[in-house]
Amino acid sequence: MSATLEQAGSRALAHFQAVRDRLPGCPDARVAAAEVFRSRGLPSRRDEAWRYTSLRDLGATSFAAPEAEVSPDAAAEWISLTRGLPRIVFVNGRLRPELSSLPAAISLGSFEVSAPKDATAAALPFVALNTMFAEDGMVITVDPDIECGPVVLLALTVGGNVDMPAVCLRHRIALRSGARLTLVEVAAGSGRYFANCVMEAEVADGAKLSHVRIQRESIDATTLSTLFVDASAGATYDSFTLALGGKLARAEVHARLAGPGATVHLNAAQLLAGSQHADVTTVVSHDAPACASRQTVKNILADRAHGVFQGKIEVARAAQKTDGYQMNQALLLSPEAEIDSKPELEIFADDVKCSHGATVGELDGDQIFYLRSRGVPERDARTLLIRAFLAESLADIEDAEARRMAEDALEGSWEKLGR
Amino acid sequence: MTAMLTIRDLHAEIEDKPILRGVSLTVPAGEVHAIMGPNGSGKSTLSYVLSGRDDYAVTGGEVLFDGRDLLAMEPEERAVAGLFLAFQAPVELPGVGNANFLRTALNAQRRARGEAEIDAVRFLKLAREAARRLAMPEDMLKRNVNVGFSGGEKKRNEMLQMVLLQPRFAILDETDSGLDIDALKIVADGVNGLRAPGFSALVITHHQRLLELIVPDRVHVLVRGQIVRSGGPDLARELEVSGYGAVIREAAA
Ligand SMILES: Nc1ncnc2c1ncn2[C@@H]1O[C@H](COP(=O)(O)OP(=O)(O)O)[C@@H](O)[C@H]1O
Ligand SMILES: [Mg+2]
Repeated sequence: MSATLEQAGSRALAHFQAVRDRLPGCPDARVAAAEVFRSRGLPSRRDEAWRYTSLRDLGATSFAAPEAEVSPDAAAEWISLTRGLPRIVFVNGRLRPELSSLPAAISLGSFEVSAPKDATAAALPFVALNTMFAEDGMVITVDPDIECGPVVLLALTVGGNVDMPAVCLRHRIALRSGARLTLVEVAAGSGRYFANCVMEAEVADGAKLSHVRIQRESIDATTLSTLFVDASAGATYDSFTLALGGKLARAEVHARLAGPGATVHLNAAQLLAGSQHADVTTVVSHDAPACASRQTVKNILADRAHGVFQGKIEVARAAQKTDGYQMNQALLLSPEAEIDSKPELEIFADDVKCSHGATVGELDGDQIFYLRSRGVPERDARTLLIRAFLAESLADIEDAEARRMAEDALEGSWEKLGR
Repeated sequence: MTAMLTIRDLHAEIEDKPILRGVSLTVPAGEVHAIMGPNGSGKSTLSYVLSGRDDYAVTGGEVLFDGRDLLAMEPEERAVAGLFLAFQAPVELPGVGNANFLRTALNAQRRARGEAEIDAVRFLKLAREAARRLAMPEDMLKRNVNVGFSGGEKKRNEMLQMVLLQPRFAILDETDSGLDIDALKIVADGVNGLRAPGFSALVITHHQRLLELIVPDRVHVLVRGQIVRSGGPDLARELEVSGYGAVIREAAA
């Protein structure tokens, strides 16, 4: 299997040689990233960080950008999902200003690629790959004490039937002190493609970023996202990730609580069926005292679907009074569905409160019977109970529009669960 | 009078253990019958078999509901046909709001009967009225179904469902257990309010108290999966005084 990945890695480097001079901006950062990628290669399941998720499907990608164009009808249909909210729209990795409509409080900065300052981050193979190829991304700053939102970031990809093009978006968000933003990130598309998105977010003192991520990529897509968050003193990063699409998906988050009293919520739900595989991987670094992090990940798995949650909490020596919580819950709708859960705590401070837990269950026969005895058909009873399993996650989305978008996306997912 | 429910020689088992061993019982339209009997005699089993719970295997006999083969119907079809069971142990549904649950159930039944659905606003009005009549605090509509409800609140919530769903045939499985006298009166009012020529009920209870308030047309005593004695309302009074011992000995003789 490594042979497939090795070949894919070589193909990425060869494609980079072919296109590097046509990519925007100064090539130095890209060339350096290519060197990192060359020494690192695509990770196999022998890499601890990729133990539960195989990248075999990447054997098919050319790493070339998609050539197909989104049809006006398809674009209109996707845009209708944004409920008329201000939006920034990317198609096949490029900003589409004519489809976008920004609120006045936000201006788009110019795109420029550079490796993350943090060496560990820069060394991640998909971050290096993104640095090599990214041609565009959302660069926004919200000024001090400005309250803004909700804004939709919509990324559409039109993939191939046989070939598997690749798209790398590179977003950068900065919230200045006391600023507030609700960002609803929607990733969607059709056909076969490889989406490799990187986002870097800075939440300054007392600022709050509410981030609702709705992943409804094509069922034939491989979609990886890597998010870096830095939360300063008293800042809040509150996120909910809903994974619905993709054949293979991974949402990786590296969150750093850098100033005292920062709060980070990394909640997620994955609804998977068929042979879908989705992975939530988080690394939460408590670097300052009196910070709180909360993660509740809910998995609803039908057929042969496979859910993964790897959650690491690191507490530095200085991070006294840390409050860390992590919970992974799985609802298995089929005996062949599978969940892997790997919590990890690495604690160097002595006065901390950190806990983690995991539950695995099925729908409760008594509950189904109770509903049916009241006249609710079995299929609806199951849907109602699955929805109940997600109820608190959805209720936690503060912004009503963002919540509606997540609910709408869920609404289209009951069918695939065969309920 | 026409029979609404006819049970003929019903046998049922759970995990290969026979529980119902030949139950026969007819409830005519418009009548309320009581079933009494010692713990473990199969009263709840009977109520579950009638409402279609599939943990129980029916190994013999038949049940006709309005002339239809009840045992061939799915649980939801039985509900749509007008059967209602007030559970001895109501089930908690975390994450499901009570009002939403009640409306989902009511509209599922209406849809299945080809009737128009009731919108949220009109439903809430109906539900509030019903809750008030059952002396239930209004916030019980907002809370998750039965979650954190006291025993008595759960039983009242069963009555709320009954009142809103307006069944043609209600089975109350020890709805009176754990209720104080005021709550008991509310339950009785709920049932008596439905009493009509087209409504029948099977009231499972240990206590004469409830049967003073809901006066049954017939009383049956179930012992070890069989009805060993049937009689008028006096039978309940007799049992209150003498206990089940005499009936059991009589049946064994
Ligand atoms: N789920 C079950 N598994 C095994 N035995 C059961 C189960 N439910 C009921 N029983 C047995 O069936 C018998 C009758 O129970 P039940 O119908 O609940 O009686 P009652 O309601 O009259 O007290 C009891 O012996 C009880 O232990
Ligand atoms: Mg019982």
